Amino acid sequence: MSTTATRVIVTKQSSRRGLLRRARPEHLDRPGARKRAVRENVTGYAFLLPWLVGFFGLTLVPMVYSLYLSFTSYNIFSPPKWIGLNNYIRLFTDDPSFIQSAQITLVYVLVGTPIALIAALLIALLLNYRDKGAAFFRSAFYAPSLIGASVSVAIVWRAMFATDGPVDGGLSFLGIDLGGWIGNPSLILPMMILLAVWQFGATMVIFLAGLKQIPKELYEAAEMDGANAWRRFRAVTVPMLSPVIFFNLLLGLIGAFQVFGSAYIISNGTGGPAGMTNFITVYLYKTGFADGRMGYAAAIAWVLLIAVAIIALILFRTQKSWVHYSGDNR
Amino acid sequence: MTSAPTSPLATDVVFAAQQTTPTPPSRPKVKRKTWQTIVWFAVLIVITLVVLYPLVWLLFSTFKPNSEFGQNMGLLPNAPTIDNYVKVMEGIAGVPMWRFFANSLLIAGVSVIGTVISSALAAYAFARLQFKGLGILFAAMIGTLLLPFHVVIIPQYILFNNLGMVDTYWPLLLPKFLATEAFFVFLMVQFIRQMPRDMDEAAKIDGAGHARIFWSIILPLIKPALITCAIFSFIWSWNDFLGPLLYLTSPENYPLPIALRLYNDQTSSSDYGATVTASFIALIPILLFFIVFQKFLVDGVATQGLKG
Repeated sequence: MSTTATRVIVTKQSSRRGLLRRARPEHLDRPGARKRAVRENVTGYAFLLPWLVGFFGLTLVPMVYSLYLSFTSYNIFSPPKWIGLNNYIRLFTDDPSFIQSAQITLVYVLVGTPIALIAALLIALLLNYRDKGAAFFRSAFYAPSLIGASVSVAIVWRAMFATDGPVDGGLSFLGIDLGGWIGNPSLILPMMILLAVWQFGATMVIFLAGLKQIPKELYEAAEMDGANAWRRFRAVTVPMLSPVIFFNLLLGLIGAFQVFGSAYIISNGTGGPAGMTNFITVYLYKTGFADGRMGYAAAIAWVLLIAVAIIALILFRTQKSWVHYSGDNR
Repeated sequence: MTSAPTSPLATDVVFAAQQTTPTPPSRPKVKRKTWQTIVWFAVLIVITLVVLYPLVWLLFSTFKPNSEFGQNMGLLPNAPTIDNYVKVMEGIAGVPMWRFFANSLLIAGVSVIGTVISSALAAYAFARLQFKGLGILFAAMIGTLLLPFHVVIIPQYILFNNLGMVDTYWPLLLPKFLATEAFFVFLMVQFIRQMPRDMDEAAKIDGAGHARIFWSIILPLIKPALITCAIFSFIWSWNDFLGPLLYLTSPENYPLPIALRLYNDQTSSSDYGATVTASFIALIPILLFFIVFQKFLVDGVATQGLKG
């Protein structure tokens, strides 16, 4: 990152005249340097062309357009009609489905992500205890992350947690009679969280890579100073691992907001039972594409974007107080 | 060691440890270590069983006749049969299973090509070239890493609808050729930056342009990153549900995830066997990828923070 920054500064300086001229890198004073700089600009944009088209055509302009749509009433057949803030007002004052959707999404994100993170960290610590044999378990635990978002897995979970499915049967055998989880409004959200926790593998692999980076001497020194295992974890592992924890937390929270396929499949596209899998993305899809209310759906999309931005902002703001970037370890 | 007084100074402890003259028999220590290892393995094996149980259950369920679903909760089928496979091969909605499979392969294959080419081009520009606006464009690219895709689905749908591309593969494939997966661009940028510039400079002196340097020097150097990107973009495309759900309307165009939804919607109450078997067939390529490319995948996650 730093190399780019310096290069940008150099480029900026070279375009100025006067006093700064002497500060220019030598090669720019050679004849033909200006021509070469122009050519480099052209080449840069040529290489970047596909990305630029994608960024402006498929991301930036659509975002602005969706912001505009969120202030309109629009179905795809007749032109958008400006209605000001009405969509947003309705979302928060007159749409119980949206309030419920926002609530269950927040519960899923704020409960599910930390649980998955803690599970990933604990199992990474366990794997880090020994090198021989760990590679096998690391791969085995990683597998669910690769397929967890697929329709196949959603179908498997739907079958496993159905009434008289293996989970229900196993729990009944232990004397716990919960019945099926799929049709039960109070158990479906915990089941979705279990599905998220099951995919702890990718996060665990990242934690494990971070743990391997922590210098052994720190643990030895702490041990000699009489720190017990918990103390070593709190005083060495957590601070040294905090950049990795931050990374996993940020991506985990943002990823959790976007859960869609599994909820859609498990509820057959309804978001049920009783709206308990009607996550914000499912509600957005149903509103925009099943009901054709695209203006309203655009407003939901912007609420989602703002929620994600707030979470990211809070994390970056609190970063200073708990994330330690040690210079020599990077 | 155990008898040494606890002292805050490490040197004291070492000194005290050296002073315990008759070295205690090492057997109890070894024994303790062995026990710890046994417990370690036991705990991890239990976790493995729990984690992999759904997949094993899926595999065995494909051999269960329909009548056993909801009756036989055990792992093994009472009366194993391959009827489910026979039935699934016929397909659903008048489209044979191989067609869904071929559609998925086509979409994933073209996605890999598009993603790798466009991401590598963009990454080279970000990592090696100097041009006006580099800083802000790079920041924009990083920003899209965190942007939820759902924010743009409505305008994108309107765009592709106006272009007459609904129910074609264009809306799924075109973005792949425009480097819209920022993760891959970022991964390659990181990789190119680690490469020494000596060879670039040497080639430049020999009169090579950027196109030449990119093609003959950088691309061969970043092969591991290209492979990682190719594997992940294949898997993401193979698993993608939202994209095809939005854009594809005719069953003969469906890739596997959407075909699975048909099974799930239409027949799940009556035909668990077919639904489960179709799900398993859809997972086979990913599981094969996993077995063959394990190291690439896990290392890709470990070093680049890619998620599955």
